[in-house]
Amino acid sequence: MTRSASSGWQFRQPSVLPGFRWALGYTLVWLTLIVLIPLAGLFFKSAALGWHDFWSLAFERRTLNALWISFGCAFIAALANVVFGTLLAWVLVRYQFPGKKIVDSMVDLPFALPTAVAGIALTTLYAPKGWIGAPLALLGLKVAFTPVGIVIALIFVGLPFVVRTVQPVMEEIDREVEEAAATLGANRLQTVFRVLLPGLAPAVLTGFSLAFARGVGEYGSVIFIAGNLPFKSEIAPLLIVIKLEEFNYPAATAIAVVMLLISFSMLFVINLIQAWSRRRYGYGA
Amino acid sequence: MAHNPPQDQGVTTETPFARALLIGLSLIFLLLVLVMPLLAVFTEALRKGFPAFLESLSDPETFSAIRLTLLVAGISVPLNLVFGVVAAWTIAKFEFKGKAVLSTLIDLPFSVSPVISGLVFVLLFGAQGLLGPWLQSNGIQIIFAVPGLVLATVFITFPFVARELIPLMQEQGNADEEAALSLGASGWQTFWHVTLPNIKWGLLYGVLLCNARAMGEFGAVSVVSGHIRGQTNTMPLQVEILYNEYNFVAAFAVATLLALLALVTLVLKALLEHHFSAELSASRRH
Repeated sequence: MTRSASSGWQFRQPSVLPGFRWALGYTLVWLTLIVLIPLAGLFFKSAALGWHDFWSLAFERRTLNALWISFGCAFIAALANVVFGTLLAWVLVRYQFPGKKIVDSMVDLPFALPTAVAGIALTTLYAPKGWIGAPLALLGLKVAFTPVGIVIALIFVGLPFVVRTVQPVMEEIDREVEEAAATLGANRLQTVFRVLLPGLAPAVLTGFSLAFARGVGEYGSVIFIAGNLPFKSEIAPLLIVIKLEEFNYPAATAIAVVMLLISFSMLFVINLIQAWSRRRYGYGA
Repeated sequence: MAHNPPQDQGVTTETPFARALLIGLSLIFLLLVLVMPLLAVFTEALRKGFPAFLESLSDPETFSAIRLTLLVAGISVPLNLVFGVVAAWTIAKFEFKGKAVLSTLIDLPFSVSPVISGLVFVLLFGAQGLLGPWLQSNGIQIIFAVPGLVLATVFITFPFVARELIPLMQEQGNADEEAALSLGASGWQTFWHVTLPNIKWGLLYGVLLCNARAMGEFGAVSVVSGHIRGQTNTMPLQVEILYNEYNFVAAFAVATLLALLALVTLVLKALLEHHFSAELSASRRH
C-alpha cells in the first residue's frame, strides 16, 4: 500500500512519524462500519424496490409536498440567517458594547440546547397564548402550527452556522481596503456593500449551505411547532417517521433516498459556486 | 448606516447612530430567537411552583431516562474520542492520496438528517432489516434497545472530535513529534508526551460539543428507540412523551436539566476559548 512505485506515483509521502498504517486502517474500518455500510444499506434497500415502485413511492403527492415544505422552509430560514447572522457577526467583530462576551457565547446556544427542548420552548412562546404569539395574534398573525413556525424553528437551529463561519473571516479583513475605498470617494454604505460584503461572499455562502443542510434534515425542533398537517405543515423527516410507524419501510426508504440525493447534489453545487466565488473575491474560508 | 461624509467620522466605521441601531437590532433578534426560548423553559417548569417542579423530577421514569442518557453518552463519547484522535493523526500528520475524500466522508453524518441516521440502522438491524433474521435467530436485539441508541448516537456525533482536532494538528505541524523521535522517543512516547499535551484543550473542546449533542440527540434516537417507557427513553424522548401527554410542567422540568447541560457546555466552552485560545484551532480563537 505504501510501497512507492517506480513510475513516481506514491500513495503517501514519506514521513518519520510512526503509525500511519494502523491509524489509517482504524479510521477506515470504523468509518466503514459506522457510516458507510449503514448508508450503503439504505441505497441497497431502495435499489431492491425496483424502479417502478421507487418512483411511485418517492413521487407520491404527500411526499412531494413534504419535500417542498422541508426544502422551502429551510431555504427561507437560511436566507434569514444570512441577513441576521452576518449582522450579528459584524456587530460582534466591529463594535464594543457591554455584555458582548455573553452575547458572543449565547450565539452557540442552538448547538448546545437539545432540539426537543428548543422545540417545546419555541412552541410555548409562539402559541396563540404565548409571550410572542399573543401580541402577534392581536395583529392577526399565526405562527405556531403553520409553516411560519417551521421557519422560526429552523432560524433558531441554523443561526450559529452563519455567525461562526462569517465571524472569523470578518476578523481578518484588512482595514486598508476600507480606507482605500474611502479615499477614492466611496461613502460608508458603498464601501460596505460594494467592497466588504462581496469579499465575504464565500464565507456567507458556506454559512448558508450549512444552515440550509441542517434545516432540511431538522426534526426535533420542528415537529412541536409545525402542527404537522399533511400537505400543509408536514416536513419530510416527519413523513419518514410516520411511514416507519406504519411499518411501511419501502416508503420510508424511498423518501430518505430522495432527500439525501437532493441534499448531496445541492451541497455539491454550492461547493462549486464557492470555489468559483473564492477565486473571484475571497478572503478565504 | 446613514450616508455621511467620510470626513465627519473615522472612515472605517459607522456613525454612532448607525452603530447603536445595528447593535440594537442584533440584540432584539437574539432576545426573540435565543434568550426568550431559554427563559420560557425555566418559567414553564416553575409555573406551578418549586415543589411541583421537584415532584415531577422525582418520577422513576424520569430517573431511568437520566440513567439511560448518561449510559448512552458514556459509551458513545469515548468511542468518538478515540476515533477522532486516530482520524486526526492520520489526516493531519501525513500526506497521502485520497485525504480530501476521507475528510469529506468523516463529515458525511453532518449532512444526513437525524431521522435518516436512525432509519439506516433500522433498515440494517430491524426485524425486517438486512441482518434482522440472523440477529433474531441468535437472540440479539439492537433496535429498540441500548445498542441501537448507542449506534445512532455514535453516527450523529461521528465528526465532532475529528473536526476540532484536524485543523489544530495541521496548524501545529510535525516538528515537535520529529524532535521527540530524533531524541530517541518511541512512537507511543511521542504521542503521549508530545502530541497529546499539545492537543489536550482542543480535544476537550471537541468532547464537550460531542457530549452536548450525544445527550441531546432526538431525531435519530427517537427512530431506533421504540419509546419503551422506563427502558429505552432518553431524556429528550421523555420530554417529548410528557409534552404530548399535556404534562407540561414535567416536560419542562426535564427540559430544564437539558437546558442546564447546554448552559454548562457554553460556559466551559467560553472558558476554554478565553484561557487556552492559543491551544485551540484558529477558528475557535476569539
